[in-house]
Amino acid sequence: MKRRNLLATAAMGLMLASGAFAQGMDKVKACFVYVGPIGDGGWTFQHHDGAMQVKAAYGDKVEIQYQESVPEGADAERVLTQMALGGCNIIFTTSFGYMDATNAVAAKFPNVKFEHATGFKREHPNVSTYNARFYEGRAIQGHIAGKMTKTNKIGYIASFPIPEVIMGINSYYLHAKKVNPDVQLSVVWAFTWFDPAKEADSAKALIDQGVDVIAAHTDSTAPLAEAAKVEGVIGFGQASDMAAYKDGPRVTSIIDNWGPYYVKRVGALLDGTYEQIDAWEGIAGGEVLIGEITDKVPADVKAEAEAMRDAIAAGTYHPFTGPINKQDGSPWLAEGQTAPDGDLLGMNFYVEGITGEIPK
Amino acid sequence: MLRLEKRPTPSRFWLYATPPVAVILTMIAGGILFAAMGKNPFEVIRTIFWDPVFGEFAFYLRGQLLVKAGPLILIAIGLALGFRAGIWNIGAEGQYIMGAIIGASVGLAVFPTENRLIFPVMVIAGAFGGWAWAMIPAILKTRFNTNEILVSLMLVYVAQTILAKASTGFLKNPEGMGFPGSRNFSSYPAAQNAELIAGTGLHWGGVAALVTAVLAWILLTRHQAGFQIRLAGQAPRAARFHGVSPARLVVLCMGISGALAGMAGLFEVTGPAGQISIDFNTGYGFTAIIVAFLGRLNPLGIVLAGFLMALTYVGGEMAATNLGLPAAAIQVFQGMLLFFLLAVDVLTNYRFRLAVGAH
Repeated sequence: MKRRNLLATAAMGLMLASGAFAQGMDKVKACFVYVGPIGDGGWTFQHHDGAMQVKAAYGDKVEIQYQESVPEGADAERVLTQMALGGCNIIFTTSFGYMDATNAVAAKFPNVKFEHATGFKREHPNVSTYNARFYEGRAIQGHIAGKMTKTNKIGYIASFPIPEVIMGINSYYLHAKKVNPDVQLSVVWAFTWFDPAKEADSAKALIDQGVDVIAAHTDSTAPLAEAAKVEGVIGFGQASDMAAYKDGPRVTSIIDNWGPYYVKRVGALLDGTYEQIDAWEGIAGGEVLIGEITDKVPADVKAEAEAMRDAIAAGTYHPFTGPINKQDGSPWLAEGQTAPDGDLLGMNFYVEGITGEIPK
Repeated sequence: MLRLEKRPTPSRFWLYATPPVAVILTMIAGGILFAAMGKNPFEVIRTIFWDPVFGEFAFYLRGQLLVKAGPLILIAIGLALGFRAGIWNIGAEGQYIMGAIIGASVGLAVFPTENRLIFPVMVIAGAFGGWAWAMIPAILKTRFNTNEILVSLMLVYVAQTILAKASTGFLKNPEGMGFPGSRNFSSYPAAQNAELIAGTGLHWGGVAALVTAVLAWILLTRHQAGFQIRLAGQAPRAARFHGVSPARLVVLCMGISGALAGMAGLFEVTGPAGQISIDFNTGYGFTAIIVAFLGRLNPLGIVLAGFLMALTYVGGEMAATNLGLPAAAIQVFQGMLLFFLLAVDVLTNYRFRLAVGAH
C-alpha cells in the first residue's frame, strides 16, 4: 500500500513537471530532418526506412513529415522552427551537424521533443541524443579486410574528422592488423557526407594506390560503384545493405537499423512514458546489423566474422580491448582493459600502426 | 521560319520585362512539373510564393526571408559591378568563406574580452579577408593575363580546404570535446551578430545589404568610377580612349566584390550560422550570380531579386515539408528560373523575324 502511494505521488509530480506529455497523446506528429536525399541508398535511406516503420507500427496514430537535403547550419534552424511551428510533436534531426540548431530551437519550443542523432549536446530537458555503435560493425569488416586483401593495402573513405569516424577507422584497422600484421591502411578524407562524385574520386585514388579493400564512411553507393569497375577490389555496404552490389564488390555491410528506436520513442510519447535519454545501442540492441556475408569470402573467414558478431552481441567481446597504444606509442588501454564510452566519444587519435595524420 | 535578328540597340522594354516574364514562365512550367508528380500545382505555387509572406507563420518566415536575402544581395551587388565591366568573378563563394574565417579569427583571438569595438573590427577583417582572396585572381589577371573566371572558381576549392582546416584545427572550439567547429558566437556577445529587433531576422548583414544597394546605385549613376565601369562593359575600346585603365578597373571591381562577399561571410558566421564549421557555407556565393542577373545587374533590381530568390528557398522548404515534395523538385524549380531568365533575355538583344525563302 505504502509503495503504491509513493508511486502515485511520484507519478503526480512527474505529471505536474512535464505537463500534458506525461498523460500520453492520442496522435503524434513525428518529423524527420535528413542531411541527404532519401535516394542516397545509405544513411538517409535508412533513417527514412525507420520513419516508415513508425508509420507501419502506429498507423493513423502518427503523422510523418520529413525534409530531405537540409544543409547543416543556419538553414537547419529555420527548417526545425518551421516544423515546430507546424505542429510536430517530436523532431528527429539525423545528422551530427544539426547539433547547435537542434538545441537552439529546442530552447524556444519546450513542449516539442527533439532527438538528435550522433550528437552529445543535451542543453534542454526536451533534447535527447541517440547513436549506434557502428565501430562494432567496423571490427567485423576489418577482420574480413585483413584476411581478404592480396596487396596488404586496405583503404577507408572518411567523411569528417570527428570521433564517430575516427573510432570506426581505428576499429577497422585494429581488426585487420590482428589477422594480418603486414596490412597497411590508407585513409582519404572526403569532407562530405554525401557527394557521389567526390566519394567515387576518393575510391579511385585508393585503388590507384593499390588498395583492394575499401571501407567508406560516406552515405552513397558511389564507392562500391567505383570498386565494381576494377577486378579484385572489394568493399562494404555502408549504413544500408547496398544489396544491389552483392554480385559485385560488396562482401558484407553495416546496416543502420533505426526503426526499433524510432518506434520506441514515438510509442513512449503516445503512452506518456517519454523521458530524456542518451541512447547508444549496437549489435546487441539490434541498431547495428551485419548484412549477409557473400560467397566471395572463404567459409572459414565468414565463420570467424560471424563468431565475432555473435560475441559482440553477447557482450563477451569488446572491439577495443587492450593492450592498445595510441599512434605516438603512448599507452591507451592496458592488457584486458576495454575502452570506456567517454574515451570513444571524444576519440581524436589514431591507434598505433596507422600512418598519416588526422586533419587538423 | 522564325529567325533571330540582332536589334540595333538593346530593347529597354525587354530589359525590364524579362524578370517578371521569366517568373511567370517558371510558375507555369513548375506547375506542370508538380502536377505531373501528383501534387496540386496551385497549392504548391501558393505555398512557395504566398505563404511565407502572408501565410499562417509569416510572422516568423518574413524575418527568415531577410536572413536569407541579406547575404545574397550583398554578394550580388559586388558581383554586378564587375559583371557590368565585363569582369567575371565567379569565386565569390571562396571570398565569402575567407572573409568569414579571417573575421571570425580576429574575434576568437580576443575571446572572451568584452569590448564594443570587437564586432566592427571583425567586420573590417572579414571584408579584408574577402578582398585579399579576390586580389589573387585580380593581380594574376593584370600581371599575367590569366583568366579570372577559372582562377577565382578554383580558389573556391582552396578556400573550402582552408575552411576544413580552420574548423578541425586552428579555430576549433577548445571546449568542443574534439568535435570540429569553432566556438559558437551566440555565447560570445561582443562578437555576436545578433538580431537587431527580436523576431524580425534583421541583423547587421541585412542593414549592410540595403545600405550597399543604395551606395552602389549612387556609384553607378552619379560617380566617375561608375561611368567607367559601365563604359568598359559596353565599349571597351571607347573606354580606353577615355583614359580608363583596364588593370585598375579589374582591381577595383574584384576588390569591391571580394570585400562585400567577405563581409557577408562574417555576418553569416557570427549570426545565423553561429560558428565556423566545415560546411557553414551553403552556396550563397554561387546563388548570388543568379541573383545579380535576375536583378539586371542593377543594385535596386538586385534587392528585389534577392528577396525573390529567398522566397523560393523558404517557400520551397515549406512545400517540401508540408506537401511532401522531394528536395530535388524544388531545385529543379529554382533552376528553371535561371533557365527562363536567360532564354527570355535573348529578346533584349534580338528580335524574332519571319524569314522568307531560303537563306
